[in-house]
Amino acid sequence: MSEPVLLSLEDVAVDLPTPRGNLRAVDRVDLTIGAGRTLGIVGESGCGKTMLSRSILQLLPKKAKLSGRVIFDGQDLARLDPERLRKLRGKSLAVVFQDPMTSLNPVLTIGTQLIETLQEHLELDGQAARIRSAELLAAVGIPAAEQRLAQYPHQLSGGMRQRVAIAIALSCEPKLLIADEPTTALDVTIQAQILDLLAREQRRRHMAMILITHDLGVVAGRTDEVAVMYAGRVVERAPTPRLFKNMHMPYTEALLAAIPKIDAAPHTPLPAISGRPPDPTRPIPGCSFSPRCHYASSLCHREKPLLGTAESPDHQFACFHPISLAAGIEA
Amino acid sequence: MATLELVIDEDVASGPVTRTRRLGPLFWAAVGWTIFILAAAASAGLLPLPSPTDMDMLERRAAPSVLHWLGTDGLGRDELARLIFGARVSLTVGLCGPVIGLTIGGALGMLSGYFRGRFESLVVGSMDVLLAFPPLILALAVTAYLGQSLLNLTCILGVLGIPAFMRVARAATLTLARREFVIAAQALGATHARILLRELLPNVLLPLLAFFLLGVAVTIVAEGALSFLGLGVPPPISSWGSMIGEGRESLEIAPRLAFMPAIAMFLTVLSFNLIGDTLRALTDPRQGAL
Repeated sequence: MSEPVLLSLEDVAVDLPTPRGNLRAVDRVDLTIGAGRTLGIVGESGCGKTMLSRSILQLLPKKAKLSGRVIFDGQDLARLDPERLRKLRGKSLAVVFQDPMTSLNPVLTIGTQLIETLQEHLELDGQAARIRSAELLAAVGIPAAEQRLAQYPHQLSGGMRQRVAIAIALSCEPKLLIADEPTTALDVTIQAQILDLLAREQRRRHMAMILITHDLGVVAGRTDEVAVMYAGRVVERAPTPRLFKNMHMPYTEALLAAIPKIDAAPHTPLPAISGRPPDPTRPIPGCSFSPRCHYASSLCHREKPLLGTAESPDHQFACFHPISLAAGIEA
Repeated sequence: MATLELVIDEDVASGPVTRTRRLGPLFWAAVGWTIFILAAAASAGLLPLPSPTDMDMLERRAAPSVLHWLGTDGLGRDELARLIFGARVSLTVGLCGPVIGLTIGGALGMLSGYFRGRFESLVVGSMDVLLAFPPLILALAVTAYLGQSLLNLTCILGVLGIPAFMRVARAATLTLARREFVIAAQALGATHARILLRELLPNVLLPLLAFFLLGVAVTIVAEGALSFLGLGVPPPISSWGSMIGEGRESLEIAPRLAFMPAIAMFLTVLSFNLIGDTLRALTDPRQGAL
């Protein structure tokens, strides 16, 4: 990675107090992302992906406690004063949410929502902001952009709404875009369009992107690096091609196996991951994946594996029994 | 990937979709009556009406005639003039009272629903105190200390309306403040003031306005009740409530003296309710949005 580091998370943990006890949503995560690079964060529901993205934006629920450091562009966001943080959001950091049905204000036209964001951050006058808004809508592939400005979110389809949400996020040329499951609420044909749009705009604007998803298929080919999360921890992290060619973590393998194959015979049972993720309010002593893991030994149930490397420094994984690793390298 | 723009086969915009929902004759009748009564009350001084306070002791409880279109009341005052001047009082109180409730109650409700915490407990607690306070006692106390006047009457009814508006605004804000578009606005660097005014207010305003029209109807009735009890505007100024109260004395001889202001009040209240309901149904974008 020759690019300078734009964002680095150091030992980030998020604790949420719940009636059932403390819930550790994100457990000591270290990640870095270089300017203009794409990082995919993959994991099943409830593994802490969204909380991780919220901790970057400092938009955690009020009761949540964040520890560790979130260094963005040389500043620790966790310790930045609210006013500086507010100025940074939108302008340097932007986010696209999962559900475009709820991430746009239902009673304002999309024009109003775009234009006001532009006026707020770029201090454009009304006319200039209007022209720029139409350009942005056209850039995200919305036909007849000028007329669309006068429409309300409910008059647009889901895919169109997500394009509008992307246009708003891109409006101030952010350095980092966080896409939090941007295609989960959309149907499959639109998914590819939205992902291609994000990839294209990302390259064109040379911005860094964090693509959060539960679908390994989404990150393949669209990200430079992938981090797999499980129960709040990063369990495997590698450059995308290396991860798909040579994964070491049984969880990653199980995730990949759970993707339906198009050439599988009809009625082939899907190899779903058996069991359920551990209760985050009741941490277990060993590896959090061990109850569901085929390869688990007694060591896995007793001790937590730490993130380590084997044959290459940029491929990290947290497992005592890494798969598809030549014998002898085993630590 | 270069063909991305060509793949989009969604409907091309044909300008904003215009609403062509039928409003129905009932709605237009209600609008017509409201406009009529508002215009009559506003131009009461310009209309060629006899004075509403001039008494004609020889023409007491006179039947409708060319001189007195709706007859005269128990003191020989022109009934039509009193009705129209009474509409002024009833509508002023009926409209201004809820405005007080709407602004103060709406602001408190939105702030407490958005910021939560100790401020919310304080506001909700003080509103509960206000709700628990008997309204009639408050009205009696205020009029006893500050005197009977249009302003005092409006203020009493306005203050009594604050808790209801606060609750409507807070309930709406509580559900909206958790919606993703508020987090999205925060993620775009919006200030609290901006989120409250631009993101939440337009959403909260719709239920508040529907409630406002209901509040107008309720306040007109409440003003009538207070005037009927003699706590309203001081005589000889007429209001619909005090006219019903005065008409009660001659209910057996001339029942129209009590019934005419009652009918005027009934129609006005009904009109405001009808308009409020229709406007709420029309302007609620969430019907189609979610």
